[in-house]
Amino acid sequence: MSTNLFVLGAAAGQLNTGDIIFQLAMFLILMALLKKYAWGPLMGIMQNREQHIAGEIDAAEKSRTEAQKFLDEQRELLKQSRQEAQGLIENAKKQADIQRDEILALARTESDRIKESAKVEIEQQKEQAVAAIRDQVASLSVMIASKVIEKELDATEQEKLINEYINEAGEGR
Amino acid sequence: MNHTAPMYEFMGLWFNLSNVLMITVASVLVFIIAVVSTRKLAMKPTGLQNFFEWVMDFVRNLIKSNMDWKTGGRFHLLGLTLIMYIFISNMLGLPFAIAVGHDLWWKSPTADPVITLTLAVMVTALSHYYGVKLKGMKGYAKGFVQPVGFLLPLKIIEEFSNTLTLGLRLYGNIYAGEILLALLAGSLAASGFGGILVAALPTIVWQAFSIFIGSIQAFIFTLLTMVYISHKVSDDH
Repeated sequence: MSTNLFVLGAAAGQLNTGDIIFQLAMFLILMALLKKYAWGPLMGIMQNREQHIAGEIDAAEKSRTEAQKFLDEQRELLKQSRQEAQGLIENAKKQADIQRDEILALARTESDRIKESAKVEIEQQKEQAVAAIRDQVASLSVMIASKVIEKELDATEQEKLINEYINEAGEGR
Repeated sequence: MNHTAPMYEFMGLWFNLSNVLMITVASVLVFIIAVVSTRKLAMKPTGLQNFFEWVMDFVRNLIKSNMDWKTGGRFHLLGLTLIMYIFISNMLGLPFAIAVGHDLWWKSPTADPVITLTLAVMVTALSHYYGVKLKGMKGYAKGFVQPVGFLLPLKIIEEFSNTLTLGLRLYGNIYAGEILLALLAGSLAASGFGGILVAALPTIVWQAFSIFIGSIQAFIFTLLTMVYISHKVSDDH
């Protein structure tokens, strides 16, 4: 008996038609209310978020490719500048080599020239000195001769004279 | 156990006032939960908004597993309302039952076959309506003789059996749960101190199990709704 009450809601043998209509109405009202107050706004925000995320992903992808491009560019630039620097250094080395050679050659010729001129000068000086000595010897001998001729002297006198001249010559030296 | 229903006649229609009360309570609860969850909407969801979005995603995936979203999107709101309403309804009868005099007032509205069959018939009607709307009268009629013509009688029977099983499955599960709870908490525990001791543990276990059953039944009802609708509206089924 008691369970019979629940079966098909037939409490007094009749169908609960009112319940059916009430349930349907309430369900439809609930659906409408949910749509207006919960489902609609939430769907909106979920779609917004979806778009937002998609946009963010796109932006991230874009900035990533941009960064990659920039990086490649920078790498290329670095490579280029490195090459340039290498070239510059090599050039400078070559230049330095050439300059060194030039300077060396210049110095060598200069030193040769100086040596030559020094030799020539030495030769000249020597000749001058020899000529001067020759002159002096000549005049000295002439003087000695004239002295000798000037005085016909005795032996002592002569000896004295000779000593005198020798001394003179020694002092003259 | 000898509860009767508070019946009331109005304009030739019979109302079970307890059903009316519980339908209203369940609907209001669902509405309150939905509104509270979506009161402060943000791009970065927090708290209840997360929960509600999870429910929506859950229903969405459920629909997506049966038909493509272009056709199924329009049933999202239906599925969401169904799963939340049925879940709340199933839960309502669990914590207690209130009887005034001999009339049982507080129970699950889904423990009444009239309610569940109303929902099931509504779902079936919707499936036929959308079948005609989306595939045309010809496509809809063709669905009854596919894949082979002699299945027509079976197909027609299937429509009725689907409706009946959809409603009665929910009713049976919830009603049985409530009967057992009433037996445990109402009869056994009322028989004395020893009865309370004996009844306490099974009651707790059965309540936990009923929560599980209630969730599963809400899920199954929504899933089958989508399956039946997809049978009618999509070509690949």
